Amino acid sequence: MKRVGVFVCWCGSNIAATVDIERVIAAARKMPNVVYASDNKYMCSELGQASIRESIEKENITRVVIASCSPRMHENTFRKTVAAAGLNPFYLEIANIREHCSWVHKEGEVGTVKAISLVRTAVAKAARNEPLTPSSLQITKRALVIGAGIAGIQAALDIADSGYQVDLVEKEPSIGGRMAQLDKTFPTLDCSACILTPKMVDVAQHDNITLHTYSVVEKVDGYVGNFTATIRKKSRGIDMEKCTGCGICYEKCPVKVDSEFEAGMAKRRAIYVPFPQAVPNKPVIDRENCRYFTQGKCKVCQKLCPAGAVDYELEDEVLTVEYGAIVVATGFDILDLQAYGEYGYGKHPDVLTSLEFERLVNASGPTGGKILRPSDGKPPRTVAFIQCVGSRDQAKGKAYCSKVCCMYTAKHAILLREKVPGAKPIVFYIDVRTPGKDYEEFYNRATDEYGATYIRGQVGKVYPEGDRLIIRGVDSLSARPVELEVDMVVLAVAVTARADAAGVGRMLGITTNAHQFFNEAHPKLRPVETHSAGIYLAGMCQGPKDIPEAVAQASAAAVKVVGLLNKDSLVGNPTVANVDESMCSGCLECTQVCPYDAIKEKSITERRGRETLTRTVAEVNEGLCQGCGACSVACRPGANNLKGFTNEQILAEVDAVCL
Amino acid sequence: MRYSLYPGCTLKTKAKVFEETALEAAEALGLEMVELEEWQCCGAVYPLAKDEYFPLLSPVRSLAAAGERGEKLVTLCAACHHVFKRANHAIKGDREAREKVTGYLEVDYAGDVEVVHYLEVLKNEVGFDRIREKVKSPLEGKKLAAYYGCLLLRPEKEMHFDDPENPTILEDFIRSLGAEAVQYPYRTDCCGAYLSITEEGLARDTVGKILKSAQRNGVEGLVVACPLCHYNLAKYQESLTDTRGGEGIPVHYFTELLAQALAEGPAEEERT
Amino acid sequence: MKVTTDTICSDLLKEVEEYSGEKVASCIQCGKCSGGCPMLEAMDLLPHQVMRLAQLGLKEDIMKSKTLWVCASCFTCAARCQRDLDLSKVMEGFRVIQLRQKGGNTMHPRQLTPEQLKDAPQQAIISGFRKYSK
Ligand SMILES: Cc1cc2nc3c(=O)[nH]c(=O)nc-3n(C[C@H](O)[C@H](O)[C@H](O)COP(=O)(O)OP(=O)(O)OC[C@H]3O[C@@H](n4cnc5c(N)ncnc54)[C@H](O)[C@@H]3O)c2cc1C
Ligand code: SF4
Ligand code: SF4
Ligand code: SF4
Ligand code: SF4
Repeated sequence: MKRVGVFVCWCGSNIAATVDIERVIAAARKMPNVVYASDNKYMCSELGQASIRESIEKENITRVVIASCSPRMHENTFRKTVAAAGLNPFYLEIANIREHCSWVHKEGEVGTVKAISLVRTAVAKAARNEPLTPSSLQITKRALVIGAGIAGIQAALDIADSGYQVDLVEKEPSIGGRMAQLDKTFPTLDCSACILTPKMVDVAQHDNITLHTYSVVEKVDGYVGNFTATIRKKSRGIDMEKCTGCGICYEKCPVKVDSEFEAGMAKRRAIYVPFPQAVPNKPVIDRENCRYFTQGKCKVCQKLCPAGAVDYELEDEVLTVEYGAIVVATGFDILDLQAYGEYGYGKHPDVLTSLEFERLVNASGPTGGKILRPSDGKPPRTVAFIQCVGSRDQAKGKAYCSKVCCMYTAKHAILLREKVPGAKPIVFYIDVRTPGKDYEEFYNRATDEYGATYIRGQVGKVYPEGDRLIIRGVDSLSARPVELEVDMVVLAVAVTARADAAGVGRMLGITTNAHQFFNEAHPKLRPVETHSAGIYLAGMCQGPKDIPEAVAQASAAAVKVVGLLNKDSLVGNPTVANVDESMCSGCLECTQVCPYDAIKEKSITERRGRETLTRTVAEVNEGLCQGCGACSVACRPGANNLKGFTNEQILAEVDAVCL
Repeated sequence: MRYSLYPGCTLKTKAKVFEETALEAAEALGLEMVELEEWQCCGAVYPLAKDEYFPLLSPVRSLAAAGERGEKLVTLCAACHHVFKRANHAIKGDREAREKVTGYLEVDYAGDVEVVHYLEVLKNEVGFDRIREKVKSPLEGKKLAAYYGCLLLRPEKEMHFDDPENPTILEDFIRSLGAEAVQYPYRTDCCGAYLSITEEGLARDTVGKILKSAQRNGVEGLVVACPLCHYNLAKYQESLTDTRGGEGIPVHYFTELLAQALAEGPAEEERT
Repeated sequence: MKVTTDTICSDLLKEVEEYSGEKVASCIQCGKCSGGCPMLEAMDLLPHQVMRLAQLGLKEDIMKSKTLWVCASCFTCAARCQRDLDLSKVMEGFRVIQLRQKGGNTMHPRQLTPEQLKDAPQQAIISGFRKYSK
């Protein structure tokens, strides 16, 4: 007979104030198989755990029920306690009488009756608990980083510096991400390229980093420690070995299209390097626009290339590589302003997005760093900056605060004044949010030293009048109408998740929130992990953040990766599905329902009397199985059972509740 | 195709020309528009307070009558259009409103009569390209500008008429008649509406801003779809005549221009 | 009026939210409603201020404001509010509170000039009465 011990926790007053502990203990003592019951003010404390261990030994307890908080909180703690007393850790059962009883029932009576019922269920199950031993899994000592903005770059460098191999996959022709597009960066005004380019070069030169630019991850299979990814290296149309990066090829290309890097403020050719500091600094042929690919003739670049590197026949390369861990760092986009006709974007050339303004101020940008109006090429005297465009807007935009725009708008005001002496920056805001080291001081410089006037009030309308722009709004602090004539308007547009984020999430088996930012495993305590073991997050793809935060998160993700790769092997989850081959009818219904593709068919041969028979049964890959239990529900003969949650155990629980 | 037509009070009195020209143009375009036999005033404003069901009775009665004919209900006046669209929306989406109103009227109406503005018929069912082909007296060389006002466009979630900040339907219409469509920033701003009855000075100011902006942009004629906008814009022309000492900007119902352009022969003199 | 615990704890918010169906408490005072309001210059309280005073429970200040009666229900504010609030309904809510009181009407037939009676479209006169009397 199993000897069950019941330990009831008070959780200070959390449980004890509502649930009548005495009654629970008295009831427990009368339950079948229970040989011992006691309580403690804090079961999880050193003393509480010691009392459990002592009682197990003294009373010769073989199965343990702890009535306390949610197993999500302390299951691991108590499994260790039980193991320390010499029992299999899976002999433990937890009855959650805090979240399920005292926290949700104000009335002591109801809470107590329910607590007794939950303890009875746990006792019934515990009596049927079998010893479980986790399997041990191998780890592939290589990491995959998806997205090479500042976050992906930092994560890759940190992992590589720790001695592991990293593959960095970037879908654009160059690494660098958004940061490469920025001019100076708040709060110190260092030039973005000056601090980013060295890191980009480090990536290119690092022995442990393999760079795949112009590439996408198409498929990811497997599980922590053992992922398999399919990477498509799109053809650049350039033989990267032969190309010397001389740049002659793009000079004579007849095609001109909007440059993505320049946010549409300048043109690029069909064969191009996105920006001068690009890594790798070798061109790519944009097949959608190249005249040879669209019309069948041209080949100018091929004729010009002295190295003979242009090769239109080069095909995509598809690689299949194994990884132990993955970091997702796919970054962000900015909101499409279609719904915001009131701001005149797209209708008037002097209404710009903040990203376009970054290019306009940038020394390597379309105007060589001179702030000039796109309409007439004249420097603006007054520039209005409108914050929260599409952010904090539940009606037409995004409900969240984009976090970086207050700060970069202050930066833009400062840069305007530095580049166009005497120019007047006027900032429309709802709130100025500057939490961060030296951030408030930076904003203060914009108002105190650079003459920016801040007007509290969201702008109602922007429209052209002659060659200037009229802004209608209100100063909500003085309750005065505002009507300004300005030369340029800059919209601090909301940041958004990448358009393909939900798809990337599905491919990886990680979730996104309502706005398609990837979900972390815990908003406070596990901010860089996802719910899928072995997959980590870095940068804006997880939510709005600035460069310092993106870098910090990237290093944190790298530590998680290194911690994982440092292990010799991984302890698997023993509560996985298990097929009793003698009962399996081979219907393979379970393979249909498994969301993780963990069940495959296999043939077995058995002897029946004198005959040898071959038949099909289902087989579970314990590495892939996540223990969801879908298969055991689908299995009609009842051959498929989840270890630790067998049909027998669950039914015993049901019986116990219904008693 | 046959449509039910809801003219509304103002078109039977102060804005007769709006209806007359609409019917004339419909005939030229081969659209059959037959006036509802039994209709009542729409109430002119949509009730905005949550517990006001009474003002819904009248529009719903007309809508239910249209429902019996099984045709799309075409409106001309922007205010009627606004009220019908929103009354329909309320009857569809707000159970309490539906039960109270249809219960009181003893009608069975679930909000499914399709209310379309005459302009929407032109755009979606005739097509501006076909209108362009049918125009016999193009308004060439005329610099016309749309004045949308409020009621057709807002609230967009209920009206579904056009982009509320950047509408294009009237400009497309103007171009289909062969005229030039001039843009000016005040085309979606309020004209003061019924404040011209209670707050004359205020209406004069708002109209003044609209007209001056139109004038600065070289507008030679304003195109409207609302008798009240028409009244206000025409009435307060002094803000222009004062400053320029010259002429004001004529205001046309869009149907007047349509009928004129579809008609044979030398362009007639303006009607209003 | 002064903001006190009493005004903040008063039922004004609840009342106007009932009349208008709009969650006045969620206004973040961004000012976009006022920024686009065509009647701004004739108002003694700007639209966003009406929202703020309602949040603070300052009923008298709102009720005696001219703003309620110069709002033209043009829905510009409603089209742009970052919190998806329809101020035209809130304004109507306050008008209704006043109009439903005895002697609350603010428009009388006597007021109409002969000229208005002759020229003004029916639509205007009906709207006027519907807005300003009960
Ligand atoms: C106008 C503006 C000004 C700013 N100014 C400052 C400032 O002054 N200081 C500051 O600290 N912050 C500033 N920021 C914020 C800063 O840009 C971000 O914090 C930072 O760029 C985030 O880096 P990231 O690596 O997370 O994302 P990104 O820079 O977006 O990088 C993501 C990378 O992943 C790639 N990628 C995306 N999807 C895939 C895929 N499916 N497969 C492969 N690759 C993919 C992208 O091509 C990109 O290279 C500013 C932001 C804006 C919009
Ligand atoms: S072949 Fe294509 S990429 Fe090369 S020059 Fe011609 S258009 Fe440009
Ligand atoms: S950071 Fe500032 S500008 Fe950007 S959404 Fe937040 S409050 Fe608005
Ligand atoms: S509805 Fe009233 S408050 Fe709103 S913008 Fe129009 S006039 Fe102003
Ligand atoms: S626009 Fe909306 S949120 Fe902003 S102040 Fe006006 S009512 Fe409040």
